[in-house]
Amino acid sequence: MSDASINASTVTTQTRVNEASFGDYFSLLKPRVMSLVVFTALVGLLAAPVPVHPFVGFCAILFIAIGGGASGALNMWWDADIDKVMKRTKGRPIPSGKVEAGEAMALGLALSGLSVIMLGLATNWFAGAFLGFTIFFYVVVYTMWLKRSTPQNIVIGGAAGAFPPVIGWVAATGSMTLEPWLMFALTFMWTPPHFWALALFMRSDYDDAGVPMLTVTHGRRATRWHILVYTALLALLAVGTAFSGIGGPIYLTVAVVMNALFLRGAWQIARRTEDDSEADNYKVERSFFKLSLLYLFLHFGAILAEALLKPYGLGGWS
Amino acid sequence: MSLRKSHELHQRRFSRNLGVGLTLAAFIVIIFGLTIVKVSGTGLGLPTEEVQN
Repeated sequence: MSDASINASTVTTQTRVNEASFGDYFSLLKPRVMSLVVFTALVGLLAAPVPVHPFVGFCAILFIAIGGGASGALNMWWDADIDKVMKRTKGRPIPSGKVEAGEAMALGLALSGLSVIMLGLATNWFAGAFLGFTIFFYVVVYTMWLKRSTPQNIVIGGAAGAFPPVIGWVAATGSMTLEPWLMFALTFMWTPPHFWALALFMRSDYDDAGVPMLTVTHGRRATRWHILVYTALLALLAVGTAFSGIGGPIYLTVAVVMNALFLRGAWQIARRTEDDSEADNYKVERSFFKLSLLYLFLHFGAILAEALLKPYGLGGWS
Repeated sequence: MSLRKSHELHQRRFSRNLGVGLTLAAFIVIIFGLTIVKVSGTGLGLPTEEVQN
């Protein structure tokens, strides 16, 4: 056997172990985050008062999702160093050695350009530009700048995740009013309690990675009170939205019930000590985190229900 | 070395290649569909008056 064939077989064995599959490239797009983007953008699109051709609507949501995925890939490229330290993220394609960081950057940039241009062509250039701004905000403002420099990273960075319903609305109407910004504010105010609850029970992850989460910079007691304050402000906003153009009796019922449960959870978190939490392995914090997922899904689901029932004279207050 | 019909590399990367191929095919379908919707929606055919004249 020649040297060349030995080398070739060694390389083949190595690449077989670490070779990326199509699924690995797809997971660079953060499919779970993408599902939130798809759902909220869809609600924004359908709640808008201008009807959209179903195929154009489908394309708009698809390209918004691809844009969201592209920003996820760019986030993984930039954060590869801290992703390999954190338990939650070390299985991602770059830290696990399946995908090169440069490949993630190339994929992210290519899909960013494609999604912005295609959304602009499919709907309008205002929506395309807005998607471009959202990608810029998430990658440059949040990932590159704020995430590692301020404990308010989650608060301001949450704006990026809150833009999709506004983009969906703009894709349908070509303009903006108060209603899409209420949907934006709902996601924006929901993000901090959601992530701070996660930071409380993923104890050492952010410490190890040196990310200045509130739990690291201001302590866990302060984080618990921050969750309560943000949840209270969120409750006011969420219930108040019921009386806007996208609200109605269904939304009001959901908002009252879910905000009562969310406030109760935040109050329990604020009252607990670290010893209480460690004793039951952060049971309350974990259930608050799970509830937060249901919270957002049901609020946007209620907005969608109001919009879909409107043509039959059932949705909204009229 | 003689050329083999299917290299081991092709078998190993089959799923990746299939995924890329299907994605590109889907993209073509989307572009085609959007074109049809846009063309029919913006009335690029002859205006009624011209046809009547």
